Amino acid sequence: MTATAYHAPETIEQAVALLAGNPSARPLSGGTDLIVQMRSGRIAPAAVIDLKRIAGLSGVRRVGDGFAIGAATPCTALKDHAELAAAWPGVVEAANLIGSVQVRNRATMAGNLCNASPAADSVPALVAANATCLIAGPDGQREVPVAAIPQAPGRTSLAPGEFLVEIRLPARGVGDGDAYLRSIPRTEMDIAVVGAGANLTVDAEGRCTAARIALGAVAPTVVLVADAGAALVGSRFDDAAFAALAEAVKAACHPIDDKRGTIAYRKAMAAVLARRVVLTALKRAGAAA
Amino acid sequence: MNAPQKQDGFQVVGTRPVRPDGVDKVTGKALYGTDFKAPGMLQGAVLRSPHPHARIRAIDTRKAEALPGVKAVVTGRDFPSLQSLIMAVGESASDIVHVARNCLALDKVLYEGHAVAAVAATSPEIAREAAALIEVDYEVLPHVLGLEEALADDAPLLHDDVFTKGVSPRPDKPSNASMRVEMGKGDVDAALAGAAVVVSGRYTMEPVHQGYIEPHACVASWNADGQAQIWCSSQGHFAIRSLTASTLGIPQADIRVTPLEIGGGFGGKTTVYLEPVAMLLSRKAGRPVRLAMSREDVFRASGPAPGAVIDVRIGADADGMLVAAEVDFKYHSGAYPAITAHSGVSSAVGHYRIANTRLIGWEVLCNRPATKAYRAPGAPQVNFAVESAIDEIAGKLGMDPLELRLKNAVAPGDPQTSGVPFGMIGWIECLEAARAHPHWSAPLGPNQGRGVAGGYWGNYGGPSTASVSLGEDGSVLVTTGSPDIGGSRAAMAIMAAEVLEVPYEKVRCTIADTASIGFSMVTGGSRVTFATGKAVVDAANMVKDTLRERAARMWGVAAADVEWRDGAAHCTGGDKAGESMAIGTIAARAIFAGGPVSAEAAINAAGWLPGFGVHICDTEVDAETGQVRVVRYTAIQDVGRAIHPDYVEGQMQGGAVQGIGWALNETYIYNAQGKLDNPGFLDYRMPVASDVPMIDTVMVEVPNPDHPFGVKGVGEVPIVPPLAAVANAVARATGVRMHDLPLSPDRVYAALHPEG
Ligand SMILES: Cc1cc2nc3c(=O)[nH]c(=O)nc-3n(C[C@H](O)[C@H](O)[C@H](O)COP(=O)(O)OP(=O)(O)OC[C@H]3O[C@@H](n4cnc5c(N)ncnc54)[C@H](O)[C@@H]3O)c2cc1C
Repeated sequence: MTATAYHAPETIEQAVALLAGNPSARPLSGGTDLIVQMRSGRIAPAAVIDLKRIAGLSGVRRVGDGFAIGAATPCTALKDHAELAAAWPGVVEAANLIGSVQVRNRATMAGNLCNASPAADSVPALVAANATCLIAGPDGQREVPVAAIPQAPGRTSLAPGEFLVEIRLPARGVGDGDAYLRSIPRTEMDIAVVGAGANLTVDAEGRCTAARIALGAVAPTVVLVADAGAALVGSRFDDAAFAALAEAVKAACHPIDDKRGTIAYRKAMAAVLARRVVLTALKRAGAAA
Repeated sequence: MNAPQKQDGFQVVGTRPVRPDGVDKVTGKALYGTDFKAPGMLQGAVLRSPHPHARIRAIDTRKAEALPGVKAVVTGRDFPSLQSLIMAVGESASDIVHVARNCLALDKVLYEGHAVAAVAATSPEIAREAAALIEVDYEVLPHVLGLEEALADDAPLLHDDVFTKGVSPRPDKPSNASMRVEMGKGDVDAALAGAAVVVSGRYTMEPVHQGYIEPHACVASWNADGQAQIWCSSQGHFAIRSLTASTLGIPQADIRVTPLEIGGGFGGKTTVYLEPVAMLLSRKAGRPVRLAMSREDVFRASGPAPGAVIDVRIGADADGMLVAAEVDFKYHSGAYPAITAHSGVSSAVGHYRIANTRLIGWEVLCNRPATKAYRAPGAPQVNFAVESAIDEIAGKLGMDPLELRLKNAVAPGDPQTSGVPFGMIGWIECLEAARAHPHWSAPLGPNQGRGVAGGYWGNYGGPSTASVSLGEDGSVLVTTGSPDIGGSRAAMAIMAAEVLEVPYEKVRCTIADTASIGFSMVTGGSRVTFATGKAVVDAANMVKDTLRERAARMWGVAAADVEWRDGAAHCTGGDKAGESMAIGTIAARAIFAGGPVSAEAAINAAGWLPGFGVHICDTEVDAETGQVRVVRYTAIQDVGRAIHPDYVEGQMQGGAVQGIGWALNETYIYNAQGKLDNPGFLDYRMPVASDVPMIDTVMVEVPNPDHPFGVKGVGEVPIVPPLAAVANAVARATGVRMHDLPLSPDRVYAALHPEG
């Protein structure tokens, strides 16, 4: 039996040192994945490094016209940030589908991302949003796209000693809109069978000038479906564009058959959700235009 | 919700006071299974089988015993050798040999999660670590999970000493079919041949769990002198006592079982899993031992309700009169024989007048945890098939489904499936209330469909003991041996207050341990408010008689000259006529004038009546995703008389929600290796609050003449109709009849998109 040490560093440097000094140490944000996995015996880290006391790791900041979200910011706080919620409603709604109110009062997007579950709800929305993350480590800090973090179920690209400091969202302009939708058997407290995020830019004529479509739970990691975006760009969201979107989405799905859904059902839902999520994003883009 | 009509002639019955156990429960003070601690208590852990079917060649416990902090290790060999003995506890009966083997396997493990050994240590961590050090040498055997597969000639056999009961001549080969039950009458084939319309179909479902929020837990302390105490949460501490005593071969009087609060049971806490094992550990260690299940343990190793394969054929004439019904079903018993098929057969079509019936039920052993009672055990499964078929007949005849049911409904005096006539049942009243309810005629939105289904449960009475005694100040103490799962303390207090004509708040209710009150059967079979309630009323009446006698003696008049009214004795004759004496005054003086006022009633309550229900369900189906949303739901039920209407409505709502969960998403998922893939509430999908609308309730009151206040059992009826009510609503919303539960989105999608 090994006891787990608990550390609550107050600076990024201390946290890096603690993590680098102990290969089995784990960062702790909300703990809604980490503690559950420790309790079930799936993991037994020698130490947990609580990030919540580090200055600047909790809360949302404006950075130029964009946003920086501290890695330890609970999902509920995103909803309460009026500017963020107005600029990135899809990201905020994705983070606020996670679990229940109690879970979201603790859970963070950084934890959602670093847990590296293929079904993580906020991740397709962040990837569609072209979000990046700031990473601190023994060699200093670096910024990478969100999509570069998950490598496989449960595995990230973070090197030993590294952790997420913040997630950054770009500025929004006229005609931008994003949205996230998931399919679950219940209405709450469930895990996505398929998740779909969309981020669009629409010009004054209602023509799509940019589109990023990302899917969750249909492959080992989040999938940015370039062909799906391409199917919409240049269109006015006509039937042909939606048909091409559906085909692109289905082709990009490589799901598994498991207790949560069959391959056929997941593919079909990916196409349905992609269309629905684009329609919601379009409505928001139109309202912003 | 629907406020009941004013209860004519009652003061307290039919009111809705706060439950006496409420404050403790909402402030976290109530002691549940794992809240109890005894001095010197050790923590236990159970080692469970990773295999669904294997022979145990050897168990080596030496490493576990050598671990510092470990005080005892036990295996199945620590049980005494036992003779087969069938014990009935509430809604199920089991052979105590099987009960013991289920607590700790002996020669074979029969399901993944079957307990094989247990440890007691100074901390839970040490106990778990020690359990993992126990080496079990298994010879893995082929396993079988499915009903049809288990009945195949070449199926792996679970028990070589189980021969199918209910077939003659007695089979000469052992079988996985542990029991066959058949009832019926008339000539089914001829009647079906002459019917204007016949529907048939095969309906299926996997086992589902009761889903109580509190996992099983107990503390046991067994002394060197043979006397023992157990503290546990269960639906019946007397049943815990009898099963523990029998499996350990010791006298019942040597075990005192104290009930702790219970966080849900629904039938699943009417047996022992942990108590005999904790006793064995305690005897070896010489200290009290706690054993508690995790949620995973609960799913893997405690009894679910059986899954089923049900074949139905029902025929009607052109006017919609049902002429014949054939129902042939198979239920999972799991690892050990069960008896659920009995109630499946007797409740299948008993709510209709049908002259020709053939009703056959099978119990089938397979490598799953032993099934246990779950709210109206055995009825919802077969009702799902029958009420789906009835709906199809209504569709084929173009008849209103409520009219069809009304046309065929049984009334008082009609024979039950057993042949015994029904008493004062209220089935027709329920159907009429459904027809009159605004829900039945409300307009439907796009993609919506309305389903209706009806059903019933026989309920029960049986043995209960209750005492009523007075404090010196005249406050009233009611003591029973019936654990309070659904608000029964409040119901007992209301009934005692009604008899003694005192305020509800003057009455307090205690659930006493097995050494402090006489025997009561489990809280199950919807029996407590009826049977234990009858005992309480009897005891309260005895107390009332005593009070009148004491007052008469104090006044020096004949008892006949004293009347009891408004919680006081009133003198109606002699020279004290017109005087009165309050209960408190009599109680204070009575102690020295005749002795303390106390009475106990120990009865075997007869005269229980079945309860009937009709549920109306509106669903909206998203054809693109297969999502089914329940948008409106109304549960109508004959409750006899609602003693505390809030708790009656709560039972109706709870049963409906559990049934909706069963219909839509709940199911056990086993993988090809015979292991449970969803042993938790994430993937075993019970409804969450946002999944269900407000469940509207209508209490129909057709009083039971055999209960002083008209009570009929209410707890189990409401889980019977929902499965078919939901499925019928989905069929009407989509035009596609689905036969396999649950109606989860992927399945509904597949049914609506057969092209793929
Ligand atoms: C009841 C319940 C319901 C849930 N429902 C959902 C749901 O609907 N959708 C969904 O997607 N998830 C769900 N989850 C999972 C979980 O809540 C989310 O993934 C959540 O976002 C995790 O965030 P956290 O801050 O709690 O992470 P933590 O548990 O603190 O951490 C998760 C992982 O990330 C690592 N980590 C944490 N912070 C950092 C960091 N800054 N840098 C590097 N690594 C880090 C940890 O070491 C750990 O490995 C649910 C969980 C529960 C218990």
